[in-house]
Amino acid sequence: MIFTRTLLKRHSVLPGFDLALGFALLYLGLIVLIPLSAAFLKTATMTWPAFWEAVTSPRVLASYRLTFGASLAAAMVNAVFGLVVAWVLVRYDFPGRRIVDALVDLPFALPTAVAGIALTAIYSTHGVVGRWLAPWDIRVAFTPLGVFVALTFIGLPFVVRTLQPVLEDLHTELEEAAATLGASRWQTFTRVIFPLLTPALLTGFALAFARALGEYGSVIFIAGNMPMVSEITPLLIITKLEQYDYTGATAIAVVMLVISFSLLLLINLLQTWARQRQGG
Amino acid sequence: MIGRFLRLGLLTALAVAGAAASARDITLLNVSYDPTREFYQAYNAAFAKYWKGKSGDTVVVRGSHGGSGKQARSVIDGLEADVVTLALAYDIDEIAQRGKLLAPDWQKRLPHNSAPYTSTIVFLVRKGNPKGIKDWDDLVKPSVQVITPNPKTSGGARWNYLAAWGYAQKKYGSEQRAQEFVARLFGNVPVLDSGARGSTTTFVERGIGDVLIAWENEALLALKELGPAKFDIVVPSISIVAEPPVAVVDKVVDKRGTRQVAQAYLEYLYSPEGQDIAGRNYYRPTDPRVAAKYAGQFPKLELFTIDQAFGGWTRAQKTHFADGGVFDRIYTRR
Repeated sequence: MIFTRTLLKRHSVLPGFDLALGFALLYLGLIVLIPLSAAFLKTATMTWPAFWEAVTSPRVLASYRLTFGASLAAAMVNAVFGLVVAWVLVRYDFPGRRIVDALVDLPFALPTAVAGIALTAIYSTHGVVGRWLAPWDIRVAFTPLGVFVALTFIGLPFVVRTLQPVLEDLHTELEEAAATLGASRWQTFTRVIFPLLTPALLTGFALAFARALGEYGSVIFIAGNMPMVSEITPLLIITKLEQYDYTGATAIAVVMLVISFSLLLLINLLQTWARQRQGG
Repeated sequence: MIGRFLRLGLLTALAVAGAAASARDITLLNVSYDPTREFYQAYNAAFAKYWKGKSGDTVVVRGSHGGSGKQARSVIDGLEADVVTLALAYDIDEIAQRGKLLAPDWQKRLPHNSAPYTSTIVFLVRKGNPKGIKDWDDLVKPSVQVITPNPKTSGGARWNYLAAWGYAQKKYGSEQRAQEFVARLFGNVPVLDSGARGSTTTFVERGIGDVLIAWENEALLALKELGPAKFDIVVPSISIVAEPPVAVVDKVVDKRGTRQVAQAYLEYLYSPEGQDIAGRNYYRPTDPRVAAKYAGQFPKLELFTIDQAFGGWTRAQKTHFADGGVFDRIYTRR
């Protein structure tokens, strides 16, 4: 015990373990836990039937399906294509690479409402892309598909930025070794590279997914917000607030919070499992 | 360097304090809704001039604009508004009831239900009116796409909905028929934007829909900004009087000692000059003499008030827009 304490003290660059831990807890408490527990406390003033009615009305259920479904789909697409983007940025040198690299961060910096307005302009039936999709009867703007597009847009940087450093650490010698041992390209990818990337990929996926769940600004512009069809859960929370129904709004928020936290916890466990499996 | 900034800051602070001691500097905060931005900019300047001449005090009015409901919630949550000028009486009612910041009978304190200017609900259609839209009945035809914001999130949209309901009730004579009419109308709505400006963008910029249900002042402004070459305004036979109300927030003005000037600020809205600025910004003046001057701008139509048709905002809100209300039933029944 004494040994570990001195060890910690000796290795710590920041002022003392106790102080640092105390600060970390206080900081998390003020910024995260107190505001979130306020949501739970507000909900606690409701009776159980009132809570149940607020969080399971047909419109709210439809919005869960859309929000969680579109977020999941967007995060999965980002996991695949984000990996490709990260791979290209790390492995290949081409003119304008720096610019492409900087472009990846744009969805981070842009006010999401701007993204929403821009995407809607492009994908509505009169927009530059939407115009070409319209003859095939594919509508993006003002449909659930539009929600998916917006969520994919805002989620992309999370996957790319978590994978990039891992890919940079991944030396080509590994692939060469695999090749000399007679592995095909596909085998090298599935047996050697992919397992090493899995934990980072899961992290990126989880971050993109979590970000999509909470997204409001860009989605309300492109969704069309039709009840039962293209309403996201955050919009219903705003709707409740617009009626000064603070408890109803926090009730839905609490449900979202619990579901997202459980999902993120699950992904975290998966990540740990993946890391252990590769003997990390 | 830092020392110099500090000294400069201190000097400025002293200068400001000194000025306040001799001739009073007063600031007012007017918490308003979105489309009044241009109107209050002009009005604030006029009022400052009037007040300077009357009392010698310099008054600076700051304005905060946003969705009406969101603005009301900010005031309830502690934004220190001396006056509120919102889109619906319901929002100020909530400030009175939830925030306990002003008396529940606030709407009786100023003339015309505390609404110094009014507007109404009209249609904006594409140039030449290709779908031949003339009245509310044309909006429920199967081939017509209607653009309106979501009444659950937009105060302005609630006026649109109630205007349609009031028309149907008058014409077809029963609540049941009115509900069917409104349900058919919303069946023609392809996009429910969360606010009025969003709907205008959808209709004007994206080119979606055949008709936009809009406040008359917004429609006139859109026509002026975008040029009458692209759109026409169609005035229905019957519509609602949209009354955006104003009120002094008692708790705040008593705390800040600004009651006198805040009261004067709202009363001046009823003066010929205030009314004229309203008219110039496409709001219908309530003063008949000023209204006569702008008669050419505002076509005549049969108008009903929310009190006549729905028994006031609180009842209308509860019946139509609360959770499980008529609007929800229209959508969940499909």
